[in-house]
Amino acid sequence: MIVPLIKGLQITFSHLFKKAVTLQYPEEKPVVAPRFRGLHTLKVSHNSAKCVACYLCPTVCPAKCITVEAGEDANHEKFAAVYEIDMLRCIFCGFCVEACPVDALGMTQEFELANYKRTDFVFSKERLLEKR
Amino acid sequence: MNKETMTVNMGPQHPSTHGVLRLVIELDGEIIEKITPHIGYLHRGVEKLSEHRTYHQTIPLTDRLDYLAPMSNNLGYVLAVEKLMGIEIPERAETVRVILTELTRLKSHLVWIACHALDIGAMTVFIYAFREREKVMQLYEKISGARMTSNYFRVGGLSADVYDGFEKDVQEIVDTFPGHLDTYEGLLTKNTIWLQRTVGNGVISAEDAIDAGITGPALRGSGVDWDLRRDNPYSGYEKYSFKVPVGENCDTFDRYKVRLIEMREAISIITQAMKALKPGPVLADEPQVCYPPKENVYNSIEGLIHHFKIASEGFPAPEGEVYQGIEAPKGELGYYIVSDGGNKPYRMRVRPPSFVNLSAIEKMAKGAMIADLVAVIGTLDIVLGEIDR
Ligand code: SF4
Ligand code: SF4
Repeated sequence: MIVPLIKGLQITFSHLFKKAVTLQYPEEKPVVAPRFRGLHTLKVSHNSAKCVACYLCPTVCPAKCITVEAGEDANHEKFAAVYEIDMLRCIFCGFCVEACPVDALGMTQEFELANYKRTDFVFSKERLLEKR
Repeated sequence: MNKETMTVNMGPQHPSTHGVLRLVIELDGEIIEKITPHIGYLHRGVEKLSEHRTYHQTIPLTDRLDYLAPMSNNLGYVLAVEKLMGIEIPERAETVRVILTELTRLKSHLVWIACHALDIGAMTVFIYAFREREKVMQLYEKISGARMTSNYFRVGGLSADVYDGFEKDVQEIVDTFPGHLDTYEGLLTKNTIWLQRTVGNGVISAEDAIDAGITGPALRGSGVDWDLRRDNPYSGYEKYSFKVPVGENCDTFDRYKVRLIEMREAISIITQAMKALKPGPVLADEPQVCYPPKENVYNSIEGLIHHFKIASEGFPAPEGEVYQGIEAPKGELGYYIVSDGGNKPYRMRVRPPSFVNLSAIEKMAKGAMIADLVAVIGTLDIVLGEIDR
């Protein structure tokens, strides 16, 4: 009756000498995979956002959390005058990135999105623009 | 002498109800007389939502049913839609799906053994099992981009091919896993406390189990030899050889043994599937349904128009209805889709295994002590995400 318990203790005891696997977050940061679907980013090319306001990403978004409004710039090119993603509603499915026909949208390795106010979770175009 | 029963409310925040389950229990002293489960605390209306989402958009919603086994949920759903559309998917996609769903089975069963053991008082197993689960989670993250909400399968195949080094990662899990299982068995199988808590606990006879509609390991623990992977194969399961374990004594201990053997069999299926994995496309050649390759979208106007069409409207499914059941880690997970010919389901019904299995709780725990109820909840391996949907 007591033998199996001692056998079990042996197993736990042998673990004492193994390397610990705990990641000491937040001091240590995890290595995030390249395919990770984190915070969105609007890609930039020639000093302006690549987005052409085609409305595909708000259309495919299952959570309906993207707001795009098209505008016309000085060269009569269509661009996104308003581009907002409500991170509180976003389910990080990645469909918006998959749907973008001009590769203007990406998802970053950023996963620490906690904030204090609800309004802080609505990411405007300026906050989404790719940091260089 | 007149007898008074006492009503005790267990949950929805009770740590061992595995989520937000609330049980109203009538007790005679410590003996359970009646159990009434109250569910719905996690209701998100997935079935109703799917009526307003295209077939494509429903995939990420299914991740969130049984959140401990997201890829199995995805698989059931995409198989149902593929059946409705009559699509054949490439062999490589099929094999990768099998590998991932079997890894999902490991992942789900690891949470089961961890929580079940923790509920009964064996804290060590909990920690060890979560350590191993992390390996599968990291593989999930590398392949799909998220640790839990995978959203990796697509109608017609996969969203992307596997990453470089996938084979190595799977091989590492396959190589180390039997040793980990031996560790759990060493801690539990002969452990006197474990035996006293599980042998003879939560007995349900084969007839009762079938009558209640129980499926999965809980059914096999009662000695019913029924596994959809073998008896109604899908996604190429007929190509693999594996044993279906069954129990004899219909109790919690037998269900424990069944699940442990299932984990070993899952490893053998993964090994066979890895051998069968050949290079090839991972998305069916179905322009009506699947996105075109990105190069076409960026470089040709036809590709761009094609892409716009799929992204903006999805695809219409032929009128009709389908049912596709799969052997998810917790039992038979079924998707029943009715289509009126549009690009959204007219009605989708999910048959979650946990929901049906939970209905047997009173039968299993009646007459037992209230402390044993915790073991019964653990052995049923329910997850509220799919019960409430
Ligand atoms: S990740 Fe999904 S939910 Fe979030 S904005 Fe993109 S499409 Fe919408
Ligand atoms: S799909 Fe791409 S180009 Fe179109 S609106 Fe969205 S981010 Fe802009």
